[in-house]
Amino acid sequence: MSNGELAIDVHGLTKRFGTKVAVNRADIQVPVGEVWGFLGPNGSGKTTTIRMLCGLLRADEGSGTVLGFDFRAQPEQIKREVGYMTQRFSFWEDLSIRENLEFVARVYGLPNVKEVVTAQIERLGLIKRQDQLAGDLSGGWKQRLALAACMLHQPKMLLLDEPTAGVDPKARRDFWDEIHRLSDEGLTVLVSTHYMDEAERCDRIVYINLGDIVARGTVAGVIEQSGLHTFVVQGEGARALAPQLHGKPGVDFVAFFGAALHVSGRDPAKLKAALEPFAQQKGLTIQESKPSLEDVFIQLQEKGRGAYA
Amino acid sequence: MRAPTAPARRLPRFSLRRIAAVLGKEFIQMRRDRVTFALILGVPLMQLLLFGFAINNDPKHLPTAVSISDPGAFSDSIVAALNTSGYFDVVSATNSPETARRLLAEGKVSFVVEIPANFSRDLVRGTNPELLIQADATDPASSSNAVGALGELATDALRDDLIGPLAVRAPQRPSFTAVIHRLYNPEIITQWNIVPGLLGIILTMTMVLMTSMALTRERERGTYENLLAMPTTPVEIMIGKILPNIVVGLIQAVIVLLAAKFIFKVPMIGSLPLLFGVLVIFIAANLAVGYTFSTIAESQLQAMQMMVFFLLPAILLSGFAFPFRGMPVWAQWVGEVLPVTHFLRVVRGILLQGNGAAEIWPDVWPLLLFMFGMMTVALLRFRRTLD
Repeated sequence: MSNGELAIDVHGLTKRFGTKVAVNRADIQVPVGEVWGFLGPNGSGKTTTIRMLCGLLRADEGSGTVLGFDFRAQPEQIKREVGYMTQRFSFWEDLSIRENLEFVARVYGLPNVKEVVTAQIERLGLIKRQDQLAGDLSGGWKQRLALAACMLHQPKMLLLDEPTAGVDPKARRDFWDEIHRLSDEGLTVLVSTHYMDEAERCDRIVYINLGDIVARGTVAGVIEQSGLHTFVVQGEGARALAPQLHGKPGVDFVAFFGAALHVSGRDPAKLKAALEPFAQQKGLTIQESKPSLEDVFIQLQEKGRGAYA
Repeated sequence: MRAPTAPARRLPRFSLRRIAAVLGKEFIQMRRDRVTFALILGVPLMQLLLFGFAINNDPKHLPTAVSISDPGAFSDSIVAALNTSGYFDVVSATNSPETARRLLAEGKVSFVVEIPANFSRDLVRGTNPELLIQADATDPASSSNAVGALGELATDALRDDLIGPLAVRAPQRPSFTAVIHRLYNPEIITQWNIVPGLLGIILTMTMVLMTSMALTRERERGTYENLLAMPTTPVEIMIGKILPNIVVGLIQAVIVLLAAKFIFKVPMIGSLPLLFGVLVIFIAANLAVGYTFSTIAESQLQAMQMMVFFLLPAILLSGFAFPFRGMPVWAQWVGEVLPVTHFLRVVRGILLQGNGAAEIWPDVWPLLLFMFGMMTVALLRFRRTLD
């Protein structure tokens, strides 16, 4: 690889749709073998970024390489080395599992199509369902099929766009185990998601809001960078406190976590002062705690909304 | 850092294996799509039955009312002559011209023949009485042959009655006789013209339809993104999607030609292999049109609407519905652009006239030109990204 360790090394990635800036001068450097998570609200530019990286959308600006190829000039070469899993299931529902995989294998020009496909079907435990039409599969099985198809040509990198949307927790867990196994074998993975537990399983996360990368780093690092302080309010009547705390000086936002309330702000002194009046309330415990990733994301999203609203 | 302004784009290799992959996928999908299958068989059969049996440019047995104000031997002869001409069925004979005219107005009859009072007397006296014929000319094409037949009737109907002393009243024979040879279709059997023409129309309709769905369906189902993310090239996708439909088109052609031969008894004088050679070109030309539509249309509905836009001139301006030479010059020019116009000449030429390769060449090269032109447009239109 020409760039040493970087699987993705792009600078100033920009995409405009009309006057709307979907992705704004994004710099992304992903080392080989790492699992990176793309996070951000709907419409923030995650899908657009992934599509530009694998040559499905033309970037308006930006330069750099993906797997050592100029991502603007050599999309065809990149396509051969990348497995891309679309957000919506995009295999042929009127073809069976086997037929879908065989089609993909032929398009990539793999030798011994039948054997390669059989091996892949066996590996994924799909042998009994191999002649079932893809359209008849449940969400979890569709996702397995899609991953199997993406991996068929042994790509060096996987680009996964919300791969676990609409998939049950067990299937989600299995999926991530598979991702980590592949990553251990040296595969680079870029995955977009809305799930916090998935974000926490990534080596690094990138948070995009309205086209801008607003945070990046390890999970701990992103929490650290946020400068956020959080108090957890628990006990009787905790939920009733939310409207009273809302908008108080020092309180940036209030969020429900089950029966508990997370009250967060960047100025610990003011935050403490805001909570002071309730400290003595009966049956209520107020404790300072480490902000969770979700707290940080809520803050980032609120910040973004404030800046653009 | 700035990207190079004109990135060098290496043209991907052309791969027969990838074409075979797309081809295989299309065949499987076609096999599973029952509606398409019904379309492939249903459209030609339906159209053949409708056009072949129901539509006739030379209608006969048209209902006719006769109002007779002067009953007698002459009137009887005229009614008999009308019936024997084959064009007229005298369904009502009345003595009131008003009744007969009302039947015409109500559409119950297409013709009214009025035999005026004193017709026999005036005829015998030689004062040249008039026979009034009223025709429902709302559809001029359908009645023109019948009206023509009426003219001849006037000369012939009474020939057998005007004998003896009345022979002088018999119409004068014209000093010469025009002999008309109806070449290629001496009996003017409409179906001989319509059924081969239908081959062109059916193929235009179904072939354009099949490929106009080709990419829009992938786009609507979300599989287009996947197709683009894989190393398939536009040429490979196009060939892979067009080839299976050529087979479909040839199946349809066989159905139509079998019906033409065994049901409609259309003569097949020329070479069938030659006809099938031209069929492949014609089918590919139409598939290229549909494929171009599918690169433009955003949904299957839009693709369908485009197909209708293409189909109307194909039916109206190709010489299928109206005689080509009878159209205004601008319409003829539009017609010359359409592949079906040339195909109709070729198919009629081969089947009815027994034309060979040399005679049909003037209509084959425009087909080839159109086919390659359309394919080029489709490839230029094909977007390799989702922009």
